[in-house]
Amino acid sequence: MQDFTAAFAHAVTLVASGDRELLQIVLLSLRVSLSAVALACLIGMPLGAALAVLRFPGRRALALVLNASMGLPPVVVGLLLYMAFSRAGPLSALGLLYTPTAMIVAQTVLVTPIVAALSRSAIAGLMDEFDETLRALRASRGQRIATLLWEARPALLTAALAGMGRAFAEVGAVMIVGGNIDHVTRVMTTAIALETSRGELALALALGLVLVCLSLALNAAALGLRPRAYGVAYAR
Amino acid sequence: MPADRRVLPFRHTPAAPARPVAMVRALTLRRGGRALLDGLELTLFTGGITALLGPNGAGKSLLLRALAGLIPPDGGAIDLAPHTGAPALVFQKPVLLHRTVRANLAHALRLARVPRAARAGRLAELLVQARLSAQAQAQARALSGGEQQRLAIARALAARPRLLLLDEPTAHLDPASTAAVEALVRAAAHAGVKVLIVTHDRAQAARLADDVAFLAAGRITEHRPADDFFQRPESDEARAYLEGRLLL
Ligand SMILES: Nc1ncnc2c1ncn2[C@@H]1O[C@H](COP(=O)(O)OP(=O)(O)O)[C@@H](O)[C@H]1O
Ligand SMILES: [Mg+2]
Repeated sequence: MQDFTAAFAHAVTLVASGDRELLQIVLLSLRVSLSAVALACLIGMPLGAALAVLRFPGRRALALVLNASMGLPPVVVGLLLYMAFSRAGPLSALGLLYTPTAMIVAQTVLVTPIVAALSRSAIAGLMDEFDETLRALRASRGQRIATLLWEARPALLTAALAGMGRAFAEVGAVMIVGGNIDHVTRVMTTAIALETSRGELALALALGLVLVCLSLALNAAALGLRPRAYGVAYAR
Repeated sequence: MPADRRVLPFRHTPAAPARPVAMVRALTLRRGGRALLDGLELTLFTGGITALLGPNGAGKSLLLRALAGLIPPDGGAIDLAPHTGAPALVFQKPVLLHRTVRANLAHALRLARVPRAARAGRLAELLVQARLSAQAQAQARALSGGEQQRLAIARALAARPRLLLLDEPTAHLDPASTAAVEALVRAAAHAGVKVLIVTHDRAQAARLADDVAFLAAGRITEHRPADDFFQRPESDEARAYLEGRLLL
């Protein structure tokens, strides 16, 4: 117990003093996960919108696959990408294994289905409400999709934040494709796992503290960013 | 316009010789295995306000949606005159964007392909027409029911339609809000927009309409000047409806 108290005190000191190693790990985490979430939004939101709005063969099957993929086990995604990027794999020429880029790819794969599936269901609901009105106003298909995306902005923000939560919390995939190399591919979650196993609780706790604050801040921001127009949502 | 003088510009005095705006020929619409509209014939002429009456479930809303091009006919045809362009349709329950009043109108002007330079002027005009200038910055969804309906009509007018289709626009409104919507509709008609309005409010039809088309059993059973219709309905269905004993 004494040890834990000391470790916690040390952890707080590390955070408060802006320890360099800690900072490096946090910054890499931010870079990897924010890049992955940005990519996942770029792919997932239009994909979700298309699945909600367009009628094409295989649409339902694709929506089903997306929903099912929301819970892909990170270690399995990591393993498959490891095989693809490894020397014998089809993508070995890219030389991505054990790089932050590989970690971004892995997290993009994990987060895209979440963003796409949540966007799809939000936009499908708005579609029911708005479609005839927009068609009566002679909106083109592109204009209808753009309008629905804008109307869906609180739900899209929620989707992005759900994806961010997944990306920051995830260990398995970045561990396998990144390799947890000191100063190169070590992020918050992999560092916590390693430091804990080595009994170095101070750094692990410090990183844990940052991770928890980040997650709380993200969700608080989500509430704060809720557009005013939705304060009166559907009040009629 | 002085408040004490009701001016009904087109009433029985069309400014120009009436031309057809839209011709519905032998229109059939099937839903759920039934032909809800069955060989329906209706010709709308320029000028004035036509009220579309008929019992609940007769297919009035379906007819408006078909006229607006939102649903394809299962039979027959809808011919719009070349000068008519695309009709505008306002639904019974307006669906407004989660944005300000101003942004809702700006959006409609963009959809109507109004050139950027002309938009600000048109927007101000529409706000004045709908008497919503003071609420321009308010959230559209926070407006009262009557204001929302006026905004929906103003939004429909953004494209300068020649034919305006209104589906029970005052169904849930109090008398004052109803009067405000009616004033907006009258002003549009006065400006040369042909209006087809669905209503269950007989007094409203009498106040607004130049002519009445009565829809029952899948057809227009009669289409006559409003006064004639209310004084001497010709079809059995219309008589039964006006006496409150027509049920589908
Ligand atoms: N998509 C649909 N599928 C099946 N029935 C429908 C559909 N749309 C409308 N109906 C039916 O058509 C009838 C006419 O509807 P509507 O045009 O809304 O009537 P009105 O506006 O005259 O009250 C109603 O009985 C309604 O239930
Ligand atoms: Mg109706």
